[in-house]
Amino acid sequence: MTTPTGATPTGATTTGATPEKRGGFADLRKMFGNGQSTLRQFGILGSLVVIIALFQLLTWLIKGTGLTLSSTNLINVVNQYSYILILAIGMVMVIIMGHIDLSVGSVAAFTGIIVAKAMSEWNLPWPLAIVLGLLVGAAVGAWQGFWVAYVGVPAFIVTLAGMLIFRGGNQWIGQSTTTPVPVEFTYIGAGYLPDVPGSLFNYATMALGVLGAAWIVYNELHLRSVQKKMGSPQAPLWVSIVKVVLLAGVILWAAWLFATGRPGTSFPISGIILVLLVILYSFITRSTVFGRHIYAVGGNRLAATLSGVKDRRVDFFVMMNMSVLASLAGMIFVARSTASGPQDGNGWELDAIAAVFIGGAAVSGGIGTVIGSIIGGLVMAFLNNGLQLLGVGADWVQIIKGMVLLLAVGVDVWSKSQGRPSILGLWSRRRRTRLEEQGPTEPPAVVPSSGTNESSEPRDVARL
Amino acid sequence: MSAPPPILEMRSITKEFPGVKALSDVSLTVMPAEIHAICGENGAGKSTLMKVLSGVYPHGTYTGEIFFRGEEVQFRDIRQSEQAGIAIIHQELALIPELSITENIFLGNEIARGGRIDWSAAKRKALDLLARVGLAEDPDTQIKHLGVGKQQLVEIAKALAKDVKLLILDEPTAALNEDDSQHLLDLILGLKGRGIASIMISHKLNEIEQIADAITIIRDGHAIETLDVHGGDVDEDRIIRGMVGRSLESRYPDRTPHIGEVFFEVRDWTIQHPQVPERLVAKGSNLEVRRGEIVGLAGLMGAGRTELAMSIFGRSYGTYLAGTIVKDGKEIVLKDVESAIDHGLAYVSEDRKVLGLNLLDTIKRSIVSAKLRKIARLDVVDEFKEAQVAESYRKQLRIKSPSVDMGVAKLSGGNQQKVVLAKWMFTDPDLLILDEPTRGIDVGAKYEIYTIIQQLAAQGKGVILISSELPELLGIADRIYTVFEGRITDNLPVSEATPEALMRSMTSAKKKANA
Repeated sequence: MTTPTGATPTGATTTGATPEKRGGFADLRKMFGNGQSTLRQFGILGSLVVIIALFQLLTWLIKGTGLTLSSTNLINVVNQYSYILILAIGMVMVIIMGHIDLSVGSVAAFTGIIVAKAMSEWNLPWPLAIVLGLLVGAAVGAWQGFWVAYVGVPAFIVTLAGMLIFRGGNQWIGQSTTTPVPVEFTYIGAGYLPDVPGSLFNYATMALGVLGAAWIVYNELHLRSVQKKMGSPQAPLWVSIVKVVLLAGVILWAAWLFATGRPGTSFPISGIILVLLVILYSFITRSTVFGRHIYAVGGNRLAATLSGVKDRRVDFFVMMNMSVLASLAGMIFVARSTASGPQDGNGWELDAIAAVFIGGAAVSGGIGTVIGSIIGGLVMAFLNNGLQLLGVGADWVQIIKGMVLLLAVGVDVWSKSQGRPSILGLWSRRRRTRLEEQGPTEPPAVVPSSGTNESSEPRDVARL
Repeated sequence: MSAPPPILEMRSITKEFPGVKALSDVSLTVMPAEIHAICGENGAGKSTLMKVLSGVYPHGTYTGEIFFRGEEVQFRDIRQSEQAGIAIIHQELALIPELSITENIFLGNEIARGGRIDWSAAKRKALDLLARVGLAEDPDTQIKHLGVGKQQLVEIAKALAKDVKLLILDEPTAALNEDDSQHLLDLILGLKGRGIASIMISHKLNEIEQIADAITIIRDGHAIETLDVHGGDVDEDRIIRGMVGRSLESRYPDRTPHIGEVFFEVRDWTIQHPQVPERLVAKGSNLEVRRGEIVGLAGLMGAGRTELAMSIFGRSYGTYLAGTIVKDGKEIVLKDVESAIDHGLAYVSEDRKVLGLNLLDTIKRSIVSAKLRKIARLDVVDEFKEAQVAESYRKQLRIKSPSVDMGVAKLSGGNQQKVVLAKWMFTDPDLLILDEPTRGIDVGAKYEIYTIIQQLAAQGKGVILISSELPELLGIADRIYTVFEGRITDNLPVSEATPEALMRSMTSAKKKANA
């Protein structure tokens, strides 16, 4: 560090500091991000791999055979957690906005009972019942979105109320008993891709795997061509090849495991719904105007409104979308358990919120990705599942899950305190204000809105 | 008479951050009861030096020695430096709005007996301290009910309560009006009379000239020189020359205006305060802008300049009561920001960190954020175009960053402001309203911003420039409106405008009231 800094402008010295970070490893990271908190997501993907490997090893040591990566177990994990992961998709958007939704479990249960009743008592055909369920979700979401966006009640309160209201609604409609659903309906929660009898593996599942691998290859080629066109630095070819081989390999291997399970099973339908939603919502949050508006409002509401973003409308639709996804999750759960009951969906909101935060979202809003939240949800899922495989009791499973959540977010807060502001600090200073409602705690430079009548009296003289 | 020993000596301070040498071999000597100003461009290392001194960067993270009142000190945190008698008053005030003056003054320094706070003693002492700083307020008043100027005084009272020997003030008058600034400067002089030395960081050279005894100029992490104000020959130009390392021929770029037709008019604009219905923040204001013209809007802070601008910009402030906007001969109604943008208006807000930028975003995403649909088809953003657009603005405005993928939070103030300007240029505006576009930006970057503004005008766009710095308005505007208490009180071509004339119109009603 003996370069004569006096000769260079400070701006140049700071900005040129980290050229080696570009390309290579950074590119590998970038694949999992949205240009936001990519390092964190890369870390969380690493922990997912470590957790799966660890439990594979532990079950191999203790039970004699690696259970985590067995076909049966993988299928189980997808069946058991797909609805939580679906909730996490909606929840990450809510959390990017700086809100929270505590009502998702109750909304899921509320929709579940209505759909179950509609089929068992009014004999509504199951496809219509699904449409009905989604409409119920939309109506509930519009209700909650209205309070959040247009009345301005904090989402925490609105959805805490919703949690009580819709739980009660479920128990009132169902008379606190369970209501069974027809067999055809269970397909969305307990069904599998069709199997050709006598085949060695499930063709449909493998076909999906090949499709996924092909997409990985296409995506990388596309990325390289865009980088070339832009003249922006390209990762070395070997990095691309390693990346493609690794990712495509994992996908094909996973597909093989799913395709060679117990006859009659394969990749679950709920998993397919999940994958489709992940693709759809990743696209929406990353590449659409609406998605950009979510990040803009979550990152700085005032700046977003002054850039022409209608923040209340974004609030409304994000809250509404969450309830629609909660309804879908509720229906999948009801289908899987073949009946709707009064305790369905208890505590789901917490699992979904934990998934989102483990997946790299910031408590203060503005940061988070769909794919990150899914990885976060999978960390929780495999942790839960692995501990169960090892025969650890539910008490300890909860304690360990709690510690993992705290650790994951703790590491994030710590890393932010090394240079960037702590997200918890921002949380305490969070403003749910709009332009015209700013309180006096605002920095004094914001003249038109800074506060008390006294301080905005024309008392100030210009700086000369 | 031999000189007394200095109260503070910092010797050969060097502080490095990863990849940057923020301070290199900086020495600073402050004499007892001296007001020592530190000048330098943004990022020169002034604040870093003060953080080293106050223990924010603990001993061991820098090299060099600090002697305070004759003894070497090695502060490990800010608490230790406070105990030694060094108090730092930051640009952003560190008071708790919900607590009273007394509670704030003694926060962390409570007058307690056996763990119980003695409120009556605290209040007595608070009254005494308030008298010393010249603030006549009930010590039970909550901080949130005080204006910024008064809050600043409470901060100083808080420092005095800790028996301060050396007061560090970081841009103390940045948010203050002239009366409050003057009061504060007098107070600092008063403290000097009682033997308290001050270090003052300020961009306001006139204030420095007025009260400082010595000036140390820092540039690019080096202490360039220390000027003795009483030795004579020190004026603003001399200081600026030291700060920028060259003599600034002109602080404002040359320009030959090409002014066209009136294309934008605001008529009888009347706007209500959002919370206080009986207060009007704009009272029948009339305003017109010609193509290629830079129109200044001068006024005191709180006179209603920003309020006027924001209410025009899609009614983003206050409640609309009456008035029309005519653009290109047609009346237009701008009910929200989106329609204002669509009609070719742009508003570059006063506070870029609070109102202008999402600090979590990258440069490229920020630049396209005000008109995303321009690079979107069926609401799907074309990320390739996005990067291209951002790259072209980065080159055009010379935004200093290795790539447009960098987060805006990491940019310096001047470069952040360029990103904000790029963001609004991207919306293809016909009329740009720039609200204090050079606030908190160093001299070099200011010049670049002025150049950009002039280029925009040269393209035939209209510019409304709100500024609290009269020299800036006189330097680059073609015509200046003055605003006082929500009214437009004058409209002067720049050739007829003088600081005195403008100030008169900016305070006109006051004059009448006094007469």
